Amino acid sequence: MAEIVLDKVSKRYPDGALAVSDVDITIADGEFIILVGPSGCGKSTTLNMIAGLEDITGGELRIDGQRVNERAPKDRDIAMVFQSYALYPHMSVRENMAFPLRLAHVDKETVNRKVEEAARILDLGQHLDRKPGNLSGGQRQRVAMGRAIVRDPKAFLMDEPLSNLDAKLRVQMRTSVAKLQRRLGTTTVYVTHDQTEAMTLGDRVVVMRGGVVQQIGSPQSLYEQPVNLFVAGFIGSPSMNFLPATLADGQLRTPLGPVPLTDRIRRLVESSSAPREVIVGLRPEHFEDASLLDEAERSAGGTFTAAVEVMESMGSDKFAYFLVEGETATSAELDELAAESGSAEMTDNGAQIVTRLSAASPIKEGDEAEVWFDPDKLHLFDPKDGRTLTHTG
Amino acid sequence: MAVMGGTERAAKFRWALIDVVVLVYALVPVLWIVSLSFKTKETLTDKNFIPREWTLQNYVEIFSTNQFLRALLNSVGIALIATVIAVVLGTMAAYAIARLDFPGKRLLVGVSLLIAMFPQVSLVTPLFEMERSLGLFDTWPGLILPYITFALPLAIYTLSAFFREIPWELEKAAKMDGATPAQAFRRVIAPLAAPGVFTTAILVFIFCWNDFLFAISLTSTTSSRTVPAALSFFQGSSQFEDPTGTVSAAAVVITVPIILFVLFFQRRIVAGLTSGAVKG
Repeated sequence: MAEIVLDKVSKRYPDGALAVSDVDITIADGEFIILVGPSGCGKSTTLNMIAGLEDITGGELRIDGQRVNERAPKDRDIAMVFQSYALYPHMSVRENMAFPLRLAHVDKETVNRKVEEAARILDLGQHLDRKPGNLSGGQRQRVAMGRAIVRDPKAFLMDEPLSNLDAKLRVQMRTSVAKLQRRLGTTTVYVTHDQTEAMTLGDRVVVMRGGVVQQIGSPQSLYEQPVNLFVAGFIGSPSMNFLPATLADGQLRTPLGPVPLTDRIRRLVESSSAPREVIVGLRPEHFEDASLLDEAERSAGGTFTAAVEVMESMGSDKFAYFLVEGETATSAELDELAAESGSAEMTDNGAQIVTRLSAASPIKEGDEAEVWFDPDKLHLFDPKDGRTLTHTG
Repeated sequence: MAVMGGTERAAKFRWALIDVVVLVYALVPVLWIVSLSFKTKETLTDKNFIPREWTLQNYVEIFSTNQFLRALLNSVGIALIATVIAVVLGTMAAYAIARLDFPGKRLLVGVSLLIAMFPQVSLVTPLFEMERSLGLFDTWPGLILPYITFALPLAIYTLSAFFREIPWELEKAAKMDGATPAQAFRRVIAPLAAPGVFTTAILVFIFCWNDFLFAISLTSTTSSRTVPAALSFFQGSSQFEDPTGTVSAAAVVITVPIILFVLFFQRRIVAGLTSGAVKG
């Protein structure tokens, strides 16, 4: 159990490349914190610096108030679960889990007791004498977890521990990782590139980009109050829709048509000295099939009409994809996100809008449909530096 | 289907034929020597592949002379010591080359490659002079040292290939589990590198065991002459006697340790020892 403090921690490689820049995070005792970001954002480097596997080139790392920058990994009392599991292939499951205890010269009886206990928690009892080579992916993952928990370390570090599992098992293991962490109450730093994992697992989430922390907050606050375009686009699935817009005469001119500013938005925009050209962000769930709403609700929001390009029915709701003609929003952040997701928008004659509609909606693929949206829920961003203009926090 | 089966059988037959040709080509001289070693002196030149009269006389003879036993002892001792030293040094060097980035790494690899390619024959005379003035001529160290020199590049190459195969994350995991670098190497990396180490040991041992050039040039008495060199000094009990039988017997005897060595270590070279370490 420990508090971990990263105080302006930086990593600069000998060739001058800055991998991590001035990261400030205070991780409370027992907290489950997620480092998330696209590949190359410095999240794994940050984790390795906490572990002691990479040197810290600037700033200070404190565990329980003590500076540990210069300490070897073995003297930090931290356990790590690797993406590849890194199980020792020549040792049985039991020996794998006992290895850290053996190194610590724990007596045999205690080793056995602790290994058995960990095996029970992780449901590995009947596999203790098998070699890792004979285990399934999920079992190997649990052995790796077991090796971490046997020695009651001050903290767990997990480097994408679920990314090698298939989709179904990953969801299952996600729940068990969360349960295990609650049960043990050990400070945990978890690295992932998967925003769903980040949202569902963490007490707090740290979004990183290019070695710089973008935002730290609870999953809900990141979702509702992203501080910039990058966080807004990274968190949420399907991701937020972005459209270019012009602020003029108390309203927004967007490819969806003119949108009146609600009082709340107007106040926020005025206090943040917004430029004329902005980027509007709207989450899919803030759209609805206009035909399902009564007149009062309809008039409280904006509507637009477009053809449904693709309709995905999830059972509980429907995702409708529209193509809105006009310009698309452009910014460095959005380009990076598109490159990461591999969806460098192929639509050259307009922006794609994803909407989440009620399952009751009768709209079909190819239909020309009228769609309502909630103008009070929209986010505005400065296209130049990506910062939010509608931040309330 | 029948046609398919026919062509398949034809292909199999073709391969079997090629295998047999290669085997015969490789084994006939060996079997010929074995056959010679069991022939009596009278039937030695009868050109029969299978001896008409079997005898162990040749074997009895070589083991009853001090000359051969002493050479055998020299061979075993020199080859084993050279192998152990070369493999230990090679393991450390290969590990550093595979895992670390240090200045002069490329130079080190280049120089060791250079040594491996250097014609040994051109070194014989300088080595002879040097060893004589250093008092190493006709001693065990006098052979062990050049053997290590020429075996090291071989050891470094084979071993660094093996080390590169071992996932580096295992070492990181060991460090996180509380191991010192030395413990991580000894308890995690070394056991996984064992097949590589054994393979290298076999290759180095065979190299030292088979060497004739240094053995004949850097020795002058039985005190350090190894078997390949000693064989050339074999002679019959009189000058009219043909030593072919005893030479053949000695050749068979020195081949046996190599075969045993390979058979013994082959079991350790278990393919896929690292499977299950990382995802899979």
